[in-house]
Amino acid sequence: MNDSQASHHSTSEVDEHRRNFIGASAALAGLTVAPGVVVYGLAHAKPDSEPVTNKVRWGLLVDATKCAEGCTDCVTACHTENAIQTGALETDPHWIRKVELKDMRTGRSQSLPVMCQHCEDAPCVDVCPTGASFKRADGIVLVDRHICIGCRYCVMACPYKARSFIHETLTDQNPDVPRGKGCVESCTMCVHRVDRGQQPACVEACSKAGHNAIIFGDLNDPNSDIAQRVAGHPTSQLRADLALNPGVRYEGL
Amino acid sequence: MASITFREIEGSSPRYWFLLGFIALFAALGLGAAYYMEHHGHIVTGMNNSIVWGTPHVFAVFLIVAASGALNVASIASVFGKVMYKPLAPLSALLAFALLMGGLTVLMLDLGRADRLIVAMTYYNLKSVFAWNVVLYTGFFSIVAVYIWTMMEKKMNTYSKAAGMAAFIWRLILTTGTGSIFGFLVARDAYSSALLAPMFIILSFAYGLAVYLLVLMAAYTWSGRPLGDAVLKRLGKLLAVFVAAALYFVFVYHLTNLYFTKQHAVEHFILVSGGIYTTLFWVGQILIGGIVPLIILLNPALRASRGLLVAACLMIVFGGLAQMYVTIIGAQAFPLDIFPGWEEKSAFFDGVVHHYAPSLPEVLLGLGGVAIALAMVTFGIKILRFMPDSLADAEVDPHAKA
Repeated sequence: MNDSQASHHSTSEVDEHRRNFIGASAALAGLTVAPGVVVYGLAHAKPDSEPVTNKVRWGLLVDATKCAEGCTDCVTACHTENAIQTGALETDPHWIRKVELKDMRTGRSQSLPVMCQHCEDAPCVDVCPTGASFKRADGIVLVDRHICIGCRYCVMACPYKARSFIHETLTDQNPDVPRGKGCVESCTMCVHRVDRGQQPACVEACSKAGHNAIIFGDLNDPNSDIAQRVAGHPTSQLRADLALNPGVRYEGL
Repeated sequence: MASITFREIEGSSPRYWFLLGFIALFAALGLGAAYYMEHHGHIVTGMNNSIVWGTPHVFAVFLIVAASGALNVASIASVFGKVMYKPLAPLSALLAFALLMGGLTVLMLDLGRADRLIVAMTYYNLKSVFAWNVVLYTGFFSIVAVYIWTMMEKKMNTYSKAAGMAAFIWRLILTTGTGSIFGFLVARDAYSSALLAPMFIILSFAYGLAVYLLVLMAAYTWSGRPLGDAVLKRLGKLLAVFVAAALYFVFVYHLTNLYFTKQHAVEHFILVSGGIYTTLFWVGQILIGGIVPLIILLNPALRASRGLLVAACLMIVFGGLAQMYVTIIGAQAFPLDIFPGWEEKSAFFDGVVHHYAPSLPEVLLGLGGVAIALAMVTFGIKILRFMPDSLADAEVDPHAKA
């Protein structure tokens, strides 16, 4: 072995040590930063001690051009997440459903999910006699199960058929999503997940299926994906003639 | 005019107790039906997530509308100073009170959470037409109670005109509120019209007076008190005016919708292709509830027959229930048009006519409300002096031709 060989050998040994060191450091750095990332996420999720703020307006954007006909993954995910048992009866609850559309003139067909549109000026909130139907500061429309008297006036008022009345006793509920016979309910935009910094179940399922037809985010944040899409692409509101400013927007309709 | 003596009915005959028992049986059946619905949930009714207001609402809204209309007879006496109506006024106020109680009982017992009545009474969303109505109903009870007091207590008689005026104004606001429950709903094609409020007021005139006439004739016939033709002739003519006005409003409402292209589909549904709703509209509301009674009431020879007068009133009541069925259930049966220009299909019955068939518990609950109202009147006239001893022609109008 000559000097140069010896020197080369020692160099590669040093490189290996260096590589190991860098690798270990990166792993350590990763371990150190990871909780911070989680904390960062939680910080964005809104701690329970803080009130909901109207600086945020949660919304959904449905891209009808990406929504696959026949795919009901969003519906299934919603039912699983919120422990909704539903079937083919007209008394069964539906928080989200796939609507198949056919253009009456051209015959063109489209498929898209419809859920509570989380209107800014929600008719269900207006008509509710007790105030059980309410809008959170961040735009999510909910029903307070403690003061809903089951009058169904909100169901009469909703232009989107988004609300369901619970006709019979429920079993196997998700503790995060309390529900009950004799009350009205609708899509909560998975508020329990949103408050934990997660996405609504339908959004996650659509993304998992590879369609990415529903995106979720803060419509008030100009840097958010959803706000940029709404600003940069032609989108529409269902029953825009009613001027309810829904938090759910549709693209490609 | 001879002085009018008000007296309780004796109410001790087996026939009286049989009548009260018969009414109580229906009230009990209604309460039983409510318990059954409450226990099992609305799954045992014909209602569903497309048609959330069913037969109980048909009865409840009819009774509430008829309640304010029944007060008209008293208003004509106190507010418009028509002497002939004075003896008729206390019963009119009692009937108004009772009908509202019956209607509200049905509405309340049909709630998904009837046990939360206290919530409905303590939490108010002041933008809600329903919340306004809660205030209007409780106010109506109070004002009518005071009104009855001013009429029945001699010392208070001087205030009866003021109380009558307050009651009259309040009842107009109340029925405006009832009509607006539907009129303020932008979502549904058959509603969202300011016309529904005045239309409900006119309908209430007709329904309330028809119910009043039926109760008046039954009470006087069964208690063996004289009831002359003069009163019936006057009330019958008035009823004809109300029925004609109601038909006019219904005509204008549909004419407006027929002019607006976007309303053509819902109009076609109600007037032509809606099956039971179309039949109930044309045969129930217009023919039986409007045209036939109008022919009877406008024709002096036919109107003179008490049997036909009763038939006309019963037909108006039936027409009223048919109208409520079409207005409340028919409007929900027609699908929401969320995507205009598109054919819609979904697992949640988008784009299709919704199915509804009344169930027995719903009908029993509705009839229970009617029974509660009738029981209050039947018992009320036994314990307090609501009815004049005689309404014979000579008593109410000495100039009336025999």
